[in-house]
Amino acid sequence: MFNWEFLLDPLAFFFLALIVTIALPVLLYSFGYLAGKYSRRKIMVGQLLALAFVGSMLLVVSVRSALTFLVCWEVMTLLSYFLVMFEKESEKSIKAATIYIVMSHVGAAFIAAGIFLIHHYTGSFDLLAWHSAVLPAGSRDLLFFFFLIGFGIKAGIVPLHLWLPYAHPQAPSHISALMSGVMIKVAIYGLLRFVFFVLGIQALWWGGIVILLACLTCLVGIIYALIDNDLKTVLAYSSIENIGVIMLGLGAAMVFIPLGQPVLASLALVAALYHLINHAAFKSLLFLGAGSVYRSAGTKNLEKLGGLINKLPWTSAFFLIGALAIAALPPLNGFISEWLTLQVLFLGALTAPAGLKVILALCAAVLALTGGLTAACMVRAFGLTFLARPRSAKAEQAKEAPLTMLLGMGWLVLLIIGLSLGAVPIVGLLAKVAASAAGVPIPSFAFNQYILRLPGADLSPPLVMLALVAAFGLVIAATFLFFGRSRRVVVPTWDCGYYQLTPRQEYSATGFSKPFRIAFGFFLRPSRSTQTTKDSHYHVRSLVYEARTAKVFKEFFYLPFVGGLFQTAKGMKRFQAGSIQIYLSYILVVVLLLLLFIGRF
Amino acid sequence: MEIVVQLLLLLAVAPLISGVVAKVKNNLRLRRGPGIFQPYFNLVKLFHKDECFSEHSSWLMKLTPYVVLGATLAAAALLPLLGNGALAQYAGDFILLIFVLSLGRFFLALAGLDPASAFGGLGSSREMFFASFLEPIILLAVFAVALVAGGTGFLKIAAGGLGVPAILAAGALFLATLAETSRLPVDNQETHLELTMIHEAMVLEYSGRSLALLELASYLKQAIFFSLVLLVAWPPLVSQVGWFLLSLLALAVIVAFTEVSLAKMRLFRVVDFLFFAGILALLAVISAALGV
Repeated sequence: MFNWEFLLDPLAFFFLALIVTIALPVLLYSFGYLAGKYSRRKIMVGQLLALAFVGSMLLVVSVRSALTFLVCWEVMTLLSYFLVMFEKESEKSIKAATIYIVMSHVGAAFIAAGIFLIHHYTGSFDLLAWHSAVLPAGSRDLLFFFFLIGFGIKAGIVPLHLWLPYAHPQAPSHISALMSGVMIKVAIYGLLRFVFFVLGIQALWWGGIVILLACLTCLVGIIYALIDNDLKTVLAYSSIENIGVIMLGLGAAMVFIPLGQPVLASLALVAALYHLINHAAFKSLLFLGAGSVYRSAGTKNLEKLGGLINKLPWTSAFFLIGALAIAALPPLNGFISEWLTLQVLFLGALTAPAGLKVILALCAAVLALTGGLTAACMVRAFGLTFLARPRSAKAEQAKEAPLTMLLGMGWLVLLIIGLSLGAVPIVGLLAKVAASAAGVPIPSFAFNQYILRLPGADLSPPLVMLALVAAFGLVIAATFLFFGRSRRVVVPTWDCGYYQLTPRQEYSATGFSKPFRIAFGFFLRPSRSTQTTKDSHYHVRSLVYEARTAKVFKEFFYLPFVGGLFQTAKGMKRFQAGSIQIYLSYILVVVLLLLLFIGRF
Repeated sequence: MEIVVQLLLLLAVAPLISGVVAKVKNNLRLRRGPGIFQPYFNLVKLFHKDECFSEHSSWLMKLTPYVVLGATLAAAALLPLLGNGALAQYAGDFILLIFVLSLGRFFLALAGLDPASAFGGLGSSREMFFASFLEPIILLAVFAVALVAGGTGFLKIAAGGLGVPAILAAGALFLATLAETSRLPVDNQETHLELTMIHEAMVLEYSGRSLALLELASYLKQAIFFSLVLLVAWPPLVSQVGWFLLSLLALAVIVAFTEVSLAKMRLFRVVDFLFFAGILALLAVISAALGV
């Protein structure tokens, strides 16, 4: 039943290693981040909570009993709830934390239902025993849905993502990094452990559903990331998008296993796991960078930032590397996992029947569109935060972050470079993890030491890095060789011959995302209102312009649902009149009903 | 060695393509226009000029031209032209090439935002807007030819032949090329009108040597995209020097005719244009899936 035995297979080791690798630099960063901002007592409590949070995640991915798993899962949720509430004076924190805890518990209920259902059939809580257990076919489908919803809420799969853009930005930045970088990956562990490892993939349509949800998650996540003006909310939405990319790999594996393509399934899982560690590395880095910006400029609003590249040179350089990596640009790690995912879809299409070929091609197109939109999103996030001129007085006075914060971020930058250069050995290791999770064979493609050799194409990440650096060096060298040193003149920015430009005349974050708001208008439903105050018929004194977009899932799905709940509760009030006689008669009726039906059970 | 020859050839020919397109366009409009070698003179002139940098710009703006040309050169080195597959064999495939070009674009868009000018931001925003739609179109086209060839590696694609998917994919790539190389109806290289410019708005603050590097990078990118269209349409076109140069020129003339016969589209109508290219690419995939 409830015990502290551990299940340390490659899958568990992979997640243990991931959590530790990301948590160490993040905790290092947190010393500098918290210092001076809060009282010593509060810092102490915060650090202990963060440590316990990391500990709970370590337990979740390594315990052997499903019941212990459930308890640790709950502890992890509660600890992160307290951490989201860290700035408990703020109204926004309380709202975010409440949405988070309510949705997490709906998810936990589904997971618990699934676990107890399996216990009902097998009579034990041992995950290893469950692996070989035979479950009735009909209950498998039900269990799949339970686990998909339960872990999907934690992972932030659309349409279950609602809590994520509230909770992640509201927590202190190192906690956001842990939540986005690590905690939502623990939900992926749950899916791997309970769906791949315990249930086993048998039905093709499971994969179909996952792929569909993954494509939806990618697009919805990145579209919202593109239009939001809060730097940390942008990153949170981008986490949703990346979960979509990971789920696309998992979904592809779930399609290939029933189709009898275990080698491809293994490759798909490798792509998903690779993207999982990559995202953990660069998203933590970006959240830490955003925290550094928030700490020194006092705002996360893109419209009020700008010009920080000269004031925070290290933070901006680190953030740029994170942005390049997440935008899937070679030679960094994000590109390699995206390339692998695209190759998996392509290799699947190569052998699939005609209809599936087109579907997989469309999935690849969705992935490419997501990649393009991510690049746009990151140009916007980096450009508006760090480039041009400061658009507020606070941003003007921003100062570089303290050493511990820079060290934490630098560590993650090194990790990203390592993940880019070491692609080939990493793919080999991940194949073993995939084998332990889903029982698929380790692909026998001839893995050269430096080249990823797939049947249709090769990629050599170190060679790509070398080629790019060489080409870059060549251009610089050739230019200076032929034309000597450059003679530079500093001039004002071109102002069309009018007056001195002010920072208000720069391109704004809202302006940058305008084309996207219009192109995706069918989904975002943008609306705007203007209020003008006039001195006279000719002279406008002030003008208020407001542009809004609809949060489709909240307005058309959650709000009606919550409204319905409240309506039902109001209806129930009629039964609760407060008279003790009525309550006693309720009890009598229930007892009578029970006596009538007891024979049935 | 083959790579060096290929790079030198592309670098030498790239500005000429733009010169030819401009000349043909001008002649079609009954103007004389500058000679076909004008782009070379422009480059030489710009390389010898002083550079002006905005007082608000940072190191990123100074670094960008080198990154952009470097990435474009690396992409050019990947191409399997004239039977050369040295880098294409080990380093990467078609997908890598597309993403390497995106790397240059990423930096260029950032450099547009750097000097705190509204023009640059406008250009960056529009460039990234179109780029995000172009990426799936190009990928679908690649997917179609790769389905026929059996892989996205350049050596596999270069071994392919003529077919319906190849023609459709080449058509989609051609439309994508118009957008990627800032041609009508998407962008207009000939104007500096705020309402319409995209690429020119991003590089508006550049001058002298940096501008020359960026111009050279765009010429080279244009040459890469032309080669890709030819490669996808019928690989033998790019395997021999004579045929390669001839078909490049032919493509330049086609582009000139297209440009002269089309008007600039409104920004949001371009999405429809790209959508059409996407449908074409999807048709290519479908025909490849059905084995037509």
